[in-house]
Order: sequence, then C-alpha cells, then structure tokens
Amino acid sequence: MIKPVATHNNPYGDDKVIAACSIFGVIDTSGKTFPGTDVVTAIANMHDRSNGLGGGFAVYGLYPEMADHYAFHIMYMTADAKRQVEALLKESFKIVKSEEVPTRKTERISNPPLVWRYFLDVAGNGDHPEADFVMEKVMAINCGVQDAFVFSSGKNMGVFKGVGYPEDIAHYFRLDDYLGYLWTAHGRFPTNTPGWWGGAHPFNILDWTVVHNGEISSYGINRRHLEMFGYQCTLQTDTEVVAYAVDLLMRRHNLPLEIAVKVLAPPLWSQIEREKDGTRALQIALRQVYGSLLLNGPFAVIIARTGQMIGLTDRIRLRPLVAGSKGSCLYLSSEESAIRLVCPDLENSWIPVGGEPIVGTVGKPIATTKSEAAVMARDH
Amino acid sequence: MKTYLPTQFVVERRADRCIQCQVCVRQCSFDANYYDAEDDEVRSRDEKCVGCHRCVTFCPTGALTVRKNPLEYRPNCNWTAETIEDIYKQAESGGMLLTGMGNDKSYPIYWDHLLLNASQVTNPSIDPLREPMELRTYLGRKPDRVEIDPETLSLKTKLTPQVAIEVPVLFSAMSYGAVSLNVHESLARAATEAGTLFNTGEGGLHKKLYKYGNNTIVQVASGRFGVHAEYLNAGRIVEIKIGQGAKPGIGGHLPGEKVSPEVAATRMIPAGTDALSPAPHHDIYSIEDLSQLIYALKEATNYTKPISVKIAAVHNAAAIASGIVRAGADIVAIDGLRGSTGAAPKVIRDNVGIPIELALASVDQRLRQEGIRNQASIIAAGGIRSSADVIKAIALGADAVYIGTAALIALGCHVCQQCHTGKCAWGICTNDAVLSKRINPEIGAERLVNLLRGWSLEIKDMLGGMGVNALESLRGNRLALRGVGLTDTELDILGVRMAGS
Repeated sequence: MIKPVATHNNPYGDDKVIAACSIFGVIDTSGKTFPGTDVVTAIANMHDRSNGLGGGFAVYGLYPEMADHYAFHIMYMTADAKRQVEALLKESFKIVKSEEVPTRKTERISNPPLVWRYFLDVAGNGDHPEADFVMEKVMAINCGVQDAFVFSSGKNMGVFKGVGYPEDIAHYFRLDDYLGYLWTAHGRFPTNTPGWWGGAHPFNILDWTVVHNGEISSYGINRRHLEMFGYQCTLQTDTEVVAYAVDLLMRRHNLPLEIAVKVLAPPLWSQIEREKDGTRALQIALRQVYGSLLLNGPFAVIIARTGQMIGLTDRIRLRPLVAGSKGSCLYLSSEESAIRLVCPDLENSWIPVGGEPIVGTVGKPIATTKSEAAVMARDH
Repeated sequence: MKTYLPTQFVVERRADRCIQCQVCVRQCSFDANYYDAEDDEVRSRDEKCVGCHRCVTFCPTGALTVRKNPLEYRPNCNWTAETIEDIYKQAESGGMLLTGMGNDKSYPIYWDHLLLNASQVTNPSIDPLREPMELRTYLGRKPDRVEIDPETLSLKTKLTPQVAIEVPVLFSAMSYGAVSLNVHESLARAATEAGTLFNTGEGGLHKKLYKYGNNTIVQVASGRFGVHAEYLNAGRIVEIKIGQGAKPGIGGHLPGEKVSPEVAATRMIPAGTDALSPAPHHDIYSIEDLSQLIYALKEATNYTKPISVKIAAVHNAAAIASGIVRAGADIVAIDGLRGSTGAAPKVIRDNVGIPIELALASVDQRLRQEGIRNQASIIAAGGIRSSADVIKAIALGADAVYIGTAALIALGCHVCQQCHTGKCAWGICTNDAVLSKRINPEIGAERLVNLLRGWSLEIKDMLGGMGVNALESLRGNRLALRGVGLTDTELDILGVRMAGS
C-alpha cells in the first residue's frame, strides 16, 4: 500500500509538479564553517523569483559533533505518523539522539508541520551496503507512512524547507543559529500547487541535495529509467529525478563527477565527433547507455554533497546561472546581483557555458573551467 | 465457370481528350486497356481494372479517370460486398483467398487517438531552425552502466556492437523476389544516403548490392534462402525473422514464376521453382533453440553485429519479447496487425495479430518492469504512415520504426493490393523483366531520401515544440502523449493519460 504522497504535492494529478525559481549556493573550499546570514540575504534579494509557496536551505557541516551519525530531518503532519516512523526507525537503526528542530514563531509562516531530527546509526544491515539500506528506509517512510516525509537523510548535513518565502523559512527554522561550510538555498514559484512542505526544495537522498530552477521536459523517461533501478518518484516533481540520477550515477555506478555531468547534460553529437578518440568513445558510450537520463529542457541546478557543490545548466543553457569566486569561496546564483550584494569585492564572476559543471570541492582550488577561460577571453 | 464477381472499377475515358496514343494500353499490366484494331480505337475492359492509377498518371492528355463501380447490393451490415464477393471467389476457385499489402479493415488505429504535447510558458520550445536537434539513435544492447578507469577517466566497459542511424526510420524487410532488384537497389541507396538501414527480407542479397552492406540488415528466415557466411558478414545487423505482422504463424510462398535466374542465384535455389519458407524455423521449436540460433549467428559474424529478432505482434508479445531479450537478442522488432506483405492468405492478414501500438506499449513496459529494457532496442513496424506515427511510436517506447508500405508508396505504389499477382504496374512488386524497369534506382532512391528528409524535419519540429532537443528524451516518455476517444483499459495498456487530465 503506497500512500498518496502525490495528493499533497500534486493534488490535481499533473504529470509533474513544475516550478520556476531562484537558486543560490556558496561553499568555502577551505572547509571553514560560517553562518547563513549572507545566504539568506542573497536569496531574499531574488524575492520576486519566488511567490511564497516554497523556500528551503541545505547546510553541510551542520552537525560536527554528530558527524558520524545519519542525521534525519523528518516532517510530521500528525502525531500518529511520528509514532509509526519512530517504530520503523527503532527496528532499523540505533537512535543516538532525537529532538524537535527548533523553530521561532512567526506570523509569516502558517500551519507548519512538526519537524523532528534524529541522529541514527545503522544496526544490523548484514552485507547490504549501508547507503542502500538507508535509501530503502527513506523510501519506506516516504512511500509507506501517511503524513510523514523525510526532508534529509545524510551525515553532518540537513535540509530546512517549507511553504513560505525562503527568508521567512530561514527565520522560522532559526538558521542564524547554525554554521556550515556549504549552503544552498531556493525560492519557489510553483505554477500549479497550493504548496506542500515536502514539495519545497532542496530535494534530498542520503547526503545529496538538489535545488533546481526550470522544468525537466524529459521527466517522463528519466523517471521510467530510474524506476528500473529501484527509485520511486513519489513526489512527481521533476527535481526529484535529478537527486536520484546523481545518486545512481555517482554513488551506485561510481562515475566521477566530470563524467556524470556528461550524462545529465551531454555534448551534442557534432561536438562529440570532434573529440579525441578516447574521449569520443567515452562520450558516445555515455549517451548510448544513459540516454534516458539526459536531463532535457530548461534547467539550472545546484547539486551538493559532503564536501562538494556543483552548478550545472542544461546543455543549451535555457536557465540562468552565474558563478563567482573570491578566495576560497565559490558562489552560484540565479542572478549576479545576489552574489555581489553579499560579496561586493568578488574576484571573478562568469556565466558558465551550458552543460559545463562549476565545481567547488573542499580542499581543492576552485576549478577554472574551459568555459570560464572562453568567457573571459570573449570579455576581453 | 461463369464468374459472378462484379466489376470493381470503371475506367472513364473522355473522348474529347483521348488522342488514341495507346500509352494507357502499354502501361496497364492487367490488360484493362486495349487497342481495338478493327475500330482503330483505344478501349477499356473495366472488369480487369485494379484501381492502380498507372494509366491515369501517365495519360498525356488527362483523358482518364478511374471510379469505383457504383453498382450497389441491397444494403446489409452483415453481408457486405466484400463478404459476398469473397464467397463467390472461393465458390469459383476452391482455394484460399490470397491478397497483398496490409490489413485494410477498420480496426482501431491508435495513432489517431494519441496526441502530442507542446511547451507553453513554463518551458520554452526549441526552434530547430536555430538550435541543434538530435535524432541519432544507436541500435543494439546497452549495459546497465558504464565502468570508468578512475586513474585515466577512460572507458573500461566494452559495449557490444552498436549501429548508428541518423533518422529513426528503417526500411522494412521486403525480399528480392517479392520486389524487384531495382526496388532493392533504391532502398539500399536511399538508406546509405540518409544514414539508415534497409532490410533484405528473406530472399538474400544480390551481389550487386553488397557494397551497400553497411546500411543493410540481412535477414535469416525459416527458408534460409540466400543465407551464407559472406551474406551474413555483408550486413550491419543480422535479423532472424520469426514472424511477420501480415501473416503471423505462417511461412512464405514465392511462386516459381517470380523465381528468375537472378532471383534463383541470390536465393540459392533452382530457377522457376517455388520458394517456400516453412511456418516455423525447423531448428527453433522453443526459446532455447532461438538462443542457439542467435549465438550461432553471433559466432558466424564474430560478435561484430547486433542480432535482431523479428516477431509478429500477437497476444502474448510482451512475454515473448522478454524471452527474446533473455535469449541474447540485441534488437527486438515487432510487426503489428497492419504490417504489409507481398502475398498472404486474406483470412490471416485480416484476422490474426494485434495492433502495433498496444504490442509496443506492453513490450516496452514489460521489459522495464523486468529491468531489461536497456538490453535490447525495440523496432516497431506495421502500418507506420507518417512522421506523426513515428514520433508517437518513439514516445510509446520504440527506439526506431520500420516502414514498408510507406517506402513503396514513395516509389509509386498505389496500395491496390495486387502484390501477390506479380503484375504490379508500378514495377515494384514484380520481377517481370519489362515491368521492373519502371523503377529507376536513382530516382527511386531520391524519392525515398526526400521522404525521410521531410519526416526528419517534421520530427525535429515536433521535438522542439515539446522543449527537447534529443530524441532520447522523448523515447518512452509517455507523458508526451495524451489519449482521446479511448477506454480506461486502452489508456492503461498504452500507459497514456486521457487528454485534459
């Protein structure tokens, strides 16, 4: 019996839930943590790109004192849902700590659900890979328990999201109390739904989070392909397939980032033909094998995982994404103004070419991509 | 015996236009037009006319037209003209009724109940005049994943053979023997120029066409006509023909009259003998036998060519297709109820099999449920009429489609259903030395290439309208389709939602 999550998120039964949006992300590649004040200021500066029906944040380096435990943020709409989920968690995990996510009363947020966080150790998964075990439990809660939904399920990270403007969500969840070395943020403009807390961005599985601006026109086939690998797209939201696709490609299929992005936003055949033999063979094989995971249609996404933030647009760049850097910090944003507002002395800023990832990794210098070089050359 | 069959068509000749040039007499291979030397006048025998329009098309003064004979039976929904006349024919001949082309009955054409999506506001449509639009498709088995050498970031996985096509439309199996060498050459040249493939059908490949091997699917059917090592290795893909949509469950019959010395040499049989292919392959009585043949052909071609298995769309096509994939096939071709033929028993053509749309939808869905959809490409065949049918087939889950009748129409076929007579006035489905010269391979290839080009442009326009710029983003993307005028069960099998929902 699968609960009708979609009825919350997609009450009219549309093919997929679509939303236009603002996205913002920042990582300090030195690994130093910092408060989210600037992130909230930046996303609030793009207020008009959202309509108050969804805002959210992902924070990495959030729970340093509990870094070895899976941190689950779970949303409950009823007390009974909490009882059921906790029984399920007790069966599968050792619960190290359990508490309510602190909130602040604000008139701008109405009817909030209860959001609880758990620090969990996996107990007794046999020889099953631990991440797969956790993923299955997340799917079990999301699909099996009425009125409960897992916001996030990674280690030393967490997702805070809900219905409201992002700055109001930040205020409500007291984000000023937290530090992180990587923050992503999202303001949502859904075209069709009244808004449901679980349907706000970021979307998460394990430590992957995705904030997304755009519409994945290939959603129908992306979803059917992921279903062959055990992913249930319960939310019927196109962003969900991005999170599952990166989990499949980078975690389960062990593809390096620079190769996985060639699946999501592959070069055109005409470009592939001009590549050197080895690269050409690889890129042809990627399109042959993973053609159903090509994310087609307009999108800009910020994908994050432990220690890494990745910006990516569709291959013909139909949605905005601006990158900026200063020192060890990399910024990604829908609008350059948001970056410059919080970092007036930005050292570099550029518009990535469609399909080329902008990557910030803790402990590594910020990559100067081909596209960066190309754009800078064009500018001068 | 006096025939009770009425005349089907009436040839009308306008005396004020006819110049007695006798072009119509020479063009008609059914003797419907003749020159009456006594009266020095060109006349018609209406009862011989099959409605192929050859004379109408070639009359230099536009003097001719052909109409359906207005003769009416008493109206009767049960005893239609066709049922009555079929009984006359059998009462007079005592045989099975033979026919050509595909099923002409009014079974539902699901393509005409499926509508495509387009972008508005939330995603932009893409203009193919200004942006790249990719139709390239690779046929062949795909692994679940690729493996990368983490050091060099190079590809470790070795894929089994993949065949690129630049337009997702291939020319369906039509044998040399059923059609003429000029038709085969037209198809081969067009496939080469358009970046797709033509299929030899079951009659082998004439030596003259080996140079087009890179764009050829060589077929192995139950009669094994023309099958030898050189033939298998000449093609790009080898296809095992199990069944054909026009005549599921039965074999083939090429009458000795059509087995000319050239046809005989290509088929490796004596000239003038009937070429009979058995209903089953006599080395395939079950799925494990099919697997042996698949691997025998892979061995014979040194694992350099994908192996396709073609079946007719029948009731349990989904389960059969699953078995075919597990048996090692790299491609599954499914030929639907409206698939065409050079000759088939009418009762079988008109009553056996299921529509390709339903078979395709259920095969794609079954292979996905079993997690093996990537292990074989699917080619849908049988009644594909237009670029709209092509794109709908792809959205339902096909990797590519076969066209047979549409390709022959491009060459001039008027779908008069006389293929089995060997008298095709358009010179297509015949091996008559004079008639087959009516197809010029150069012009034939040009007409076929033009058709594929036109369809490609239309497919690109529709893809762009849906906001995607690569065909793989539409393949199996049934959210791009909506149904109209279908029952819940039909929608459910097609995996498509009702328009407006």
